[in-house]
Amino acid sequence: MFAFLLRRIVQAALVMLVVASIAFLMFRFLGDPISNLLPEDATVEERADLREKIGLNDPFVVQYGRFITNAAQGDFGQSYRNNRPVSDLLAERFPATAELVLVAASLALALGIPLGIYTALNPRGWISQGLQVVSLLGISVPTFVTGILLILLFSVTLGWLPSFGRGEVVDLGGWTTGFLTLSGLKALILPSIMLALFQMTLIMRLVRAEMLEVLRADYIKFARARGMPNRMLHFKYALKNTLIPVMTIFGLQLGGLIAFAIITETVFQWPGMGFLFIQAVNFSDVPVMAAYLVLVSFLFVVINTIVDLLYHVVDPRLRVEKSTARGV
Amino acid sequence: MTLLELDNIVVEFPTRRGPLEAVKGLSLELNEGQILGLVGESGAGKSITGAAITGLIEPPGLIRSGQVRLRGQRIDNLAPEKMRRIRGKEIGAIFQDPLTSLNPVYTVGEQLIDTMRVHLGLDHKAARKRAIDWLAEVGIPAPEARLDQYPHQFSGGMRQRVVIALALCAEPKLIIADEPTTALDVSVQAQILALLKRLCRENGTAVILVTHDMGVIAETADRVAVMYAGRLVEIGDVAQVIQDPLHPYTKGLMNSIPQIGNRDARLTQIEGAMPGLRNPAPGCAFAPRCPQAIDTCRTLRPIPVDAGSGQVACHLFGEAQ
Repeated sequence: MFAFLLRRIVQAALVMLVVASIAFLMFRFLGDPISNLLPEDATVEERADLREKIGLNDPFVVQYGRFITNAAQGDFGQSYRNNRPVSDLLAERFPATAELVLVAASLALALGIPLGIYTALNPRGWISQGLQVVSLLGISVPTFVTGILLILLFSVTLGWLPSFGRGEVVDLGGWTTGFLTLSGLKALILPSIMLALFQMTLIMRLVRAEMLEVLRADYIKFARARGMPNRMLHFKYALKNTLIPVMTIFGLQLGGLIAFAIITETVFQWPGMGFLFIQAVNFSDVPVMAAYLVLVSFLFVVINTIVDLLYHVVDPRLRVEKSTARGV
Repeated sequence: MTLLELDNIVVEFPTRRGPLEAVKGLSLELNEGQILGLVGESGAGKSITGAAITGLIEPPGLIRSGQVRLRGQRIDNLAPEKMRRIRGKEIGAIFQDPLTSLNPVYTVGEQLIDTMRVHLGLDHKAARKRAIDWLAEVGIPAPEARLDQYPHQFSGGMRQRVVIALALCAEPKLIIADEPTTALDVSVQAQILALLKRLCRENGTAVILVTHDMGVIAETADRVAVMYAGRLVEIGDVAQVIQDPLHPYTKGLMNSIPQIGNRDARLTQIEGAMPGLRNPAPGCAFAPRCPQAIDTCRTLRPIPVDAGSGQVACHLFGEAQ
């Protein structure tokens, strides 16, 4: 187990190094930062001074080394736009995105798994058929369209829920939360539905397909031939086998949720990291973009490592053999 | 004492081009503690017959007509929940592939304990103790340690032993064993069959052994039923059917077993193939391949008549002669 963990950490470090390199290359190819940092009427001397000061005249390797060293310590330099440390900006915005993703992911799992099981156990029922059609819509309609439709219905027409922002937030020692106020909770509803919808339909369809497959397996037939009650057959014997592949996909999708939050945050003007990123793109604020790239990749790597560890909990075949199978 | 009766069972699978009869009127009787071998080619309806007894024919397949009686009680028309209680408790089943018959994510102990708790109403502790006894009974060394291991930690033969323990642990009176040794190593096959036979003899459990392996039948069974194209063609005591088969099809089957030590003899085979289930001919299904077919065979279906130590469905026997 320890060797496995060590191997995974080395792999993760390599992935992060590659991502950091790509982030670094952005600095070299996305225009000249000097023109963003200084007023338009700055003199040539001023430009040259700044260039020397922030180390743009150093050799490539030195700059690269410095970037990686700083990035490893969470220092991505100053934002060109706000003239504040990028790490501060991201730390400010992170709670908003984290809460949105958390609610969306919980929603997707809490609805997707039961609906998937239901449609697998009653494949011919009209509710299942209806859900299949709706889920097809959920998968194929772009999320920004559903977001805008949600705003139109619940904010504009009915006026029940806010169409933008986080509402009132409470600051808990640097972590701003919307969970503790009514307006904060109300503001969470529409964006998290928009973000969760695609994932939920995906999970539902995946659970359904896996469950149908597992129910045809020999060990389920044998359990049925032993007269095990349906409840035990479905929710104990079949479900655990069903959830193994679902876990992989959900791990990947959780990273996707963080990345896709960009669109949701833009539609709902949600003050999270994705919204920050879009603003940074409009302004070619390369340090923010680079930091966002590195942070999202880091989250991806962490989540996937956790999923791999969970496999070992769920699937005994992957556990380290304590004793090997003996002959007959 | 009669344990199981099949009375003119017809199993049908509706298809787009009309219903398909996989079993076309099969009657058999099985006494308590008896081991019956059910043989025939692939597609003869052996496994479907087994599934009909346990009430596990895959929908949309169904028992169109006839009755299955267990100790005189009809069981083919029971409500699903009632039939579930009979499965495992009264009628157990063993399937072909021990590698896929066990749930990979639960320990063998958990699977045994669940099964006993469902049928015998034991508490967890008592069930666990019995599970250890069962593993020992089926010849698994160090049963206490093995109980908490997962199926992938067992070899194929060991897994089939676990499967046998699972099928027998609720003490059913009848076991349907569908090709229980086909997936196993030849050296392990004999051990598994001997084990199955010993446990069933000790517990007075009757067995229907579905196989296409005549060697397995000769080793294990008391009686043999031979199926061809969904019908019984011959049934009798194992010694008589093997030494002195009556039906031309059974004779063909026996002749197609290679003889050890007789290298020069050509292996005889039955010419042709079993007819498809669709558009059955009016006469005997075996007539097109039968070397002894007479005119009647092609027009009139033979009905089983008493002959030898059992029955045979052939015009060469009975009142036609």
